[in-house]
Amino acid sequence: MITAEQKPMEEIIASVAPFNSILLVGCNECVTVCAAGGRKEVGLLASALQLHFFKQGKTLDIKEITLERQCDPEYVEELVNSVDRVDAVLSMACGCGVQTIAARYKEKLVFPAVNTKFMGASERQGVWSERCQGCGDCVLGITGGVCPIARCSKRLMNGPCGGSTRGKCEISQDVDCAWQLIWDRMKALGIEKRYEEVMEAKDWRTSRDGGPRKIVREDLAS
Amino acid sequence: MKTESRLEKILSSGKLAVTSECGPPRGALPEKVKEKAEMLRGCVDAVNVTDNQTAMVRMSSWAASVIIKQMGLDPVLQMVCRDRNRLAMQSDIIGAYSFGINTMLCLSGDHPKFGDHPMAANVYDLDSVQLIQTVKKMRDEGKFQGGADIAGPPKMFIGAAANPFADPFELRVMRLAKKVKAGVDFIQTQCIYNLDKFEKWMEGVCERGLDEKVHILAGITPMKTAAMARYMKNKVPGMDVPDDVVKRMEGVPKEKQAEEGVKIAVESIERLKTVKGVHGFHIMAIEWEQKVPEIVERAGLLPRPEV
Repeated sequence: MITAEQKPMEEIIASVAPFNSILLVGCNECVTVCAAGGRKEVGLLASALQLHFFKQGKTLDIKEITLERQCDPEYVEELVNSVDRVDAVLSMACGCGVQTIAARYKEKLVFPAVNTKFMGASERQGVWSERCQGCGDCVLGITGGVCPIARCSKRLMNGPCGGSTRGKCEISQDVDCAWQLIWDRMKALGIEKRYEEVMEAKDWRTSRDGGPRKIVREDLAS
Repeated sequence: MKTESRLEKILSSGKLAVTSECGPPRGALPEKVKEKAEMLRGCVDAVNVTDNQTAMVRMSSWAASVIIKQMGLDPVLQMVCRDRNRLAMQSDIIGAYSFGINTMLCLSGDHPKFGDHPMAANVYDLDSVQLIQTVKKMRDEGKFQGGADIAGPPKMFIGAAANPFADPFELRVMRLAKKVKAGVDFIQTQCIYNLDKFEKWMEGVCERGLDEKVHILAGITPMKTAAMARYMKNKVPGMDVPDDVVKRMEGVPKEKQAEEGVKIAVESIERLKTVKGVHGFHIMAIEWEQKVPEIVERAGLLPRPEV
């Protein structure tokens, strides 16, 4: 899923301070799972903002709504009536959600309330880690199910570098060395020999380097 | 001979090679490059020129290499994958070769986190193994990485690094094998303090016959102080400084520690000369270049052969 973290309160306050009314929009998908921008966080942020402005002798009218999926025009359409009645929109979805609102409601200011972080998986309760960079040409089948692009700090395709120490990356004791993990998996699978096959220079066109990407499914497109 | 490289000539002749390094200055100070390189004249076969080492901005490796080449010395152009994409790397290789630089070292590079621009984008378009492949393709096939023909292909003698002390140890011979497969001609190793472990790695290297496919230069860094020994032991990732080496440095008074460091370096070279597959030494005297001639002399590596 896409993970996100709420922006610092001061930054959110600064973005909405000029307005009298805002629409605070959550999303029921990824940001709900990572507890950054679901219904619950929408309620908490609304209360916190109201308290802040109340202390300053100002009232901020906040309308709360959490959409099923903010990156989907079908659901964003649900805002059509409420958007007109507010000065600005504060979105708690990932960047995809923020942009879907901005694209639909062209004359309304939209501010992000979260920083979109990465595509990750849950390690345990309250901990998420990056797992995928969306390079567009998955190599997990040859790297034992561990991604060197997302998980090696230098995205080495033929690692590990000389900084791997006791299973950890040179950048931090809190970061696992991806190539140690790949090697451990290769051993467990009995495919150690595969390590010596050189992974050729990657074609980054399938990644962000090729320009903004799009998927068109002719069989589904309307 | 694949190239005009002096290092290649020496290694091919079966003589022990000696290289050292020169870290370019953090500013437009060409005289600093000359000063450091001059200290190495006559006692080494080639001078590595580091590429933004420890992820700190410095004079570019190729520019400092040109200065050194113009002094009549032989630079080894170091190139890290951290700072440039494949377009920039290949153009720098052509540019350097146009100034007669014919030996280079392909490295991953330290992560930007360690330097003075931790906010910088981390490129890694290629990794060090793929950079080796790229340089070899440029030289042997006369083609760019992207496949187009090169008019006037650069003929580089290709080096890379190996760290036998990083983890996982059991993978370290295989990683070298991968670099050999990619086309590397010579290897300069991480600084060696744990000689037993290095020799164990070399056994693995020789068992697979890799010593016949690549020239290995053993990395030597003299320690100035006991504090430096402790720092390298505890703080430098992928460095293996055994306790007895630290104790030996601590066991002499402060003013004699530098001499002890040089002694350890010389003894290490003497021992490593007898290790099968070691074809030379890479002496990295960090900000201590003036000690290199003495170490080379005391280790019996002078005079350097004429080729």
